[in-house]
Amino acid sequence: MPSDPIDIKYVAHLARLSLTPEEEQKLAAQLGGVLGYIEKLKEVDVSGVEPTAHAFPLVNVTRADEVRPSMPHEEALRNAPAQANGLFIVPKIVE
Amino acid sequence: MLNQLTLTELVARLARREVSSREATQACLDQIQRVDGQIRAFISYDAADAMAQAEAADKALASGQTHAQRPLLGVPIAIKDVIAAKGQPLNCGSKILGNFISPYDATVVEKLKAAGAIVFGRLNMDEFAMGSSTENSAFQVTHNPWDLSRIPGGSSGGSAAAVVADECIAALGSDTGGSIRQPAALCGCVGLKPSYGRVSRYGLVAFASSLDQIGCFGKQVRDAAIVLKAISGVDHRDSTSVPQPVPDYPAALTGDIKGLRLGLPKEYGLGSPGSAGVSPASAGGLDPEVKQAVEVALKHLQNLGAEIVEISLPHTDYAIATYYIIATAEASANLARFDGIRYGARVAGADPIELYSKTRGAGFGAEVKRRIILGTYVLSSGYYDAYYLRAQKVRTLIRQDFLSAFEKVDAIICPTSPTAAFKIGEKADDPLQMYLMDIFTISVNLAGICGISIPCGFTAWPKLPIGLQLLGKPFGEETILRVAHAYEQSTPWHKEKPPLAS
Repeated sequence: MPSDPIDIKYVAHLARLSLTPEEEQKLAAQLGGVLGYIEKLKEVDVSGVEPTAHAFPLVNVTRADEVRPSMPHEEALRNAPAQANGLFIVPKIVE
Repeated sequence: MLNQLTLTELVARLARREVSSREATQACLDQIQRVDGQIRAFISYDAADAMAQAEAADKALASGQTHAQRPLLGVPIAIKDVIAAKGQPLNCGSKILGNFISPYDATVVEKLKAAGAIVFGRLNMDEFAMGSSTENSAFQVTHNPWDLSRIPGGSSGGSAAAVVADECIAALGSDTGGSIRQPAALCGCVGLKPSYGRVSRYGLVAFASSLDQIGCFGKQVRDAAIVLKAISGVDHRDSTSVPQPVPDYPAALTGDIKGLRLGLPKEYGLGSPGSAGVSPASAGGLDPEVKQAVEVALKHLQNLGAEIVEISLPHTDYAIATYYIIATAEASANLARFDGIRYGARVAGADPIELYSKTRGAGFGAEVKRRIILGTYVLSSGYYDAYYLRAQKVRTLIRQDFLSAFEKVDAIICPTSPTAAFKIGEKADDPLQMYLMDIFTISVNLAGICGISIPCGFTAWPKLPIGLQLLGKPFGEETILRVAHAYEQSTPWHKEKPPLAS
């Protein structure tokens, strides 16, 4: 089993994910099981092994610095839940 | 019934002008009307738009365009609900996208249209491709065409079920840990996951960016080869697509596999027919009927001239744990964009943080929440090295296992899924049990190699399809297609149809 139980409330806050108390309880139990299983990775000797972030790392992928057509303004706003004057509307951020 | 044709047959008939694309498209729409109330593969489809595309294809054929120029001209192909098609809904099987309409075509959709395909329908899937049963869709449960009380596999369960039920000629899906191959195995069709970087991911909603790959479903291997050729290639809009030339995949289907060396991983619990084999913990759940079907297939491939060579993939036992750290970590970052600001459903909050949190709490389903929490946790301060960094290192070892094996063999052979399709609801509340079902498919994505699942038999009762998986080197699609095709054409399995379809 993992060294410490997962602090669901704290992690849910980091993830910006509101959970009901029932969800928190259920997730804690289920993730405890999953984390227990994941612990088996500790058996593997990884000393001197480089991490893999991508199976086929391509480096310095560049393209010509040319202006290309982009999505029209109206199209970009078409799926917005709230918009006005060509802008996304969000709750007040700065007091 | 034109909807029952393979892609290859339909193309031949369209080319001879014996049938029209309108007739073929209408036949698919009629089949959806007839069976999809029970299968529920499609979340939605626009019949009028499909027919308009078919009419345009018929005009192109009448004006002298050929399938040499446009290989999919007039062929109805349906799309998993995670790939953008301009003007069509895009929901990823989730509520959180609300009434989202795609503002642009994914590169694969652009390529299908350029090749003349009728691109239609939104195929059901596990929410954000997270799942192995399609039960995690926020819209509906898709039913296995062979037994409606069973799951079609997942996450591309809608794609597999639609192809097998003859509701479309071929389909696109995405595969992050087996999401094309496993449903293809469980529904009984061909499912191809190309090598990482083979197909552009532009317009594919990201789940785990270093593992995701778009691929295709077909009724036979040649169909998958034709679609793969149409959708492959480097794309400046996806910097991880690889600038490798696209081979003529259908031309690789020579029927000749004499002398090819096929690797049998000793860790997978299989033996040549008659031998005892080994049964390590990782393969403990391998169903005897699946094991037997795959072992008979091995013997068959030997009879066709292939050589079976025992290989070792020593880190097999760590693949699932590695995957569920890396995939959830990447998902927790990728899914941060669903915050109710620029698109999708929004739940109001007093400040932006509360808005994000409530929107996401209301919009995501249980499995997505589980994976976001797990992914956030393994990336969080104090746990990053122990979980995420360690998993990335084990990933290196898993990849090296495969690359070393491919120095000795041309392809690797194994089951696709350890069991046939299970009952709807059977594993729904036990995420770990569900994850363990992915043992044979998951390491392929970690290694970035290619894989194909093809039918190799049925369980006795109930009669459910069994899948055989062939794994190829990075960009070794031609070899696995050749082996799969040679096997398929000398066995009867791909011709079997579920009773419901006909």
